[in-house]
Amino acid sequence: MTVLEKLTILSDAAKYDAACTSSGSSRTAAPGSLGNATACGICHSFSADGRCISLLKVLLSNSCVYNCQYCVNRVTRDTPRATFTPEELAELTIGFYRRNYIEGLFLSSGILRNPDYTCEQMIRTLELLRNRYRFGGYIHAKAIPGADPRLIERLGMLADRMSVNIELPSQEGLRLLAPDKSKVSILRPMGYISGRIEENRHDLAVYRHTPRFAPAGQSTQMIIGATPDNDKQIISLAEGLYKKYGLKRVFYSAYMPVTENALLPPPGTKPPLLREHRLYQADWLLRFYGLQANELLDDAHPDLNPLVDPKCGWALRHMEFFPIEVNRAPYEMLLRVPGIGVRSAKRILIARRAGKLDFAALKKLGVVLKRAQYFLTCSGKMIPGLRVTPESAMRALAEPEGLALMREPAEQLSFFSAAPALSHGKENSHESPLSLLA
Amino acid sequence: MNPRFPSSPKAYRYDGSFDGFLCCVFESFLKKETPAAILPEDGPYSLYPEKQIATDPERASRVWRSLPLRISPAAADLARCTFLTCMPEKELPLLRVLQEGFRVGGAVMNFLADDDLSALRKAVNFLHNESHLLSGFVRFSEYGSVLVSIITPKNHVLPLLAQHFCSRMPGERFLIFDKTHREALIHRPGDLRFCPMDELTLPPPDRTEAEYRALWKRFYDTIAIEGRTNPRCRMSHMPKRYWGNMTEFQETEMPREQLGGSDPANALPVLRA
Repeated sequence: MTVLEKLTILSDAAKYDAACTSSGSSRTAAPGSLGNATACGICHSFSADGRCISLLKVLLSNSCVYNCQYCVNRVTRDTPRATFTPEELAELTIGFYRRNYIEGLFLSSGILRNPDYTCEQMIRTLELLRNRYRFGGYIHAKAIPGADPRLIERLGMLADRMSVNIELPSQEGLRLLAPDKSKVSILRPMGYISGRIEENRHDLAVYRHTPRFAPAGQSTQMIIGATPDNDKQIISLAEGLYKKYGLKRVFYSAYMPVTENALLPPPGTKPPLLREHRLYQADWLLRFYGLQANELLDDAHPDLNPLVDPKCGWALRHMEFFPIEVNRAPYEMLLRVPGIGVRSAKRILIARRAGKLDFAALKKLGVVLKRAQYFLTCSGKMIPGLRVTPESAMRALAEPEGLALMREPAEQLSFFSAAPALSHGKENSHESPLSLLA
Repeated sequence: MNPRFPSSPKAYRYDGSFDGFLCCVFESFLKKETPAAILPEDGPYSLYPEKQIATDPERASRVWRSLPLRISPAAADLARCTFLTCMPEKELPLLRVLQEGFRVGGAVMNFLADDDLSALRKAVNFLHNESHLLSGFVRFSEYGSVLVSIITPKNHVLPLLAQHFCSRMPGERFLIFDKTHREALIHRPGDLRFCPMDELTLPPPDRTEAEYRALWKRFYDTIAIEGRTNPRCRMSHMPKRYWGNMTEFQETEMPREQLGGSDPANALPVLRA
């Protein structure tokens, strides 16, 4: 089999992994070596689905001994299989990197023979890159659940970022769809990695030249829409993961019906892209805007509103905080105004030192007045002629894209359409998402 | 920003270089006047009487040294970067900002709501954004052992890209040709130079190069998920004007051997300065 054929099979098998970022590591190229890492990360291309291509995202092998129902590589599926040798993959990575096609390598794998063997093959690839080719670029390595901690340790010393996919947002979903994986088998390596990162941080403070363990931290991914979990469960789980395991990123991946299974939504179901988008927006609010999961969603509103972004949704439910005065409000409050982001909030802090701000000035600072106008006053005045009720604001703030995407599934309804699969299995999973972390 | 000195009905004509502009700043302070326009040599005609400003390295360096001291390093950086942007008529706003800066010091960089400063910052942001995008979108092809790339940016990003690629590939020989500004960046281990270049003709790729291009195109096409196709999202992240120079959107060329004739003179790119 040629490298071209292998690449086709193994990148096709890896494409459902959402993570393709190259951020979080900063390293200069040592003399005689090739490649560095920049903290902000660099996108090298964008594929036809609009997702960033930053890393050469491939599996080492798509042969797998497991039988996870949602997975394209499960053992019972009839599909062409291929395996890279570590030498082939290292050479390919360097060839791509020198031509500036990629920022580095994203290496995952199906379980070949057993987790330890798979992990050893991955380590061999990364050792070739780091030692023979003196490669200083970015490497994202998947920790193989079930592999020996000593192997995970060696992998982490070679990679910039490690990840363990949590796969599904609830234990019940895991039990049904991924019978070979359990909460424990996923969380154990995750906990091990976060412990090692913490330990390494301490060592670095004492000895500056300590070799670094996964300097770009750890991330995870979960599939959205394959199980009936609601947004509140998902966002609370993400918040718990950020707090308890110090994760850098949680990725959400709208479920693409690739396989036919009674437990899964039927093939042809549209992936819940809008929902995935709203979850990412909420995720940003957790990480950069100081909002809590229980502020965004509660039992009365267990799902994010598809019509408006989560910050708008929160603001419209809490009109008692608004309008706020731009020239006096603290940074934390400015961040909570729809239409003001981290950058424009910081610019407001700087610019108001130089003089009073009016609405024209806000526009120059990059504030999106179309949304922000309902929640702000400048020197005690709102935009002249603007009347605000939560309903009118809601109508004005609803995004046309949201409305369009909302309408799409409605057109598909018919008398004979089958009910979505898992819903007759387990309608209301009362399991708390945090129980996964317990 | 209000000009610090009274407006004078004349236009400064300078050579278009950054040093030339610094001499205009010097002139403005010497004569305590703010010109109605500052125009580069190849710029438009003006209805005002023109005053030729000679570029004097002595004066230019006096102004340049004073910027970080009397205003702030950030202001010096803004001035330097403004001259790399494609902003038209950038000279007068920059002069007004610098005049104000010499009066109030580094605090001038806080006047974000000011028309002049926000226009300059917007242009500089565009420069940095374009340079960041290109640090990913640049595609090298290997000829012999030289990596060659052609770019067509709007801003003059080559000095910024040079920093990025020199620290990334210190041991490689590479050339980046900026077609828009007719300039090339040539890097050998331990040596970096910029030189004007009108044209760059590249030979057809050799076998290895053609294979890597084919591999990359295959990877690019495979990695997209069909059910999520979103052309608008792709275009907003990666505007179409960059596509022309990117391997994944180019037709695969046949390797040289298959075209018959493997002239060793073709092994290196032909440079025509």
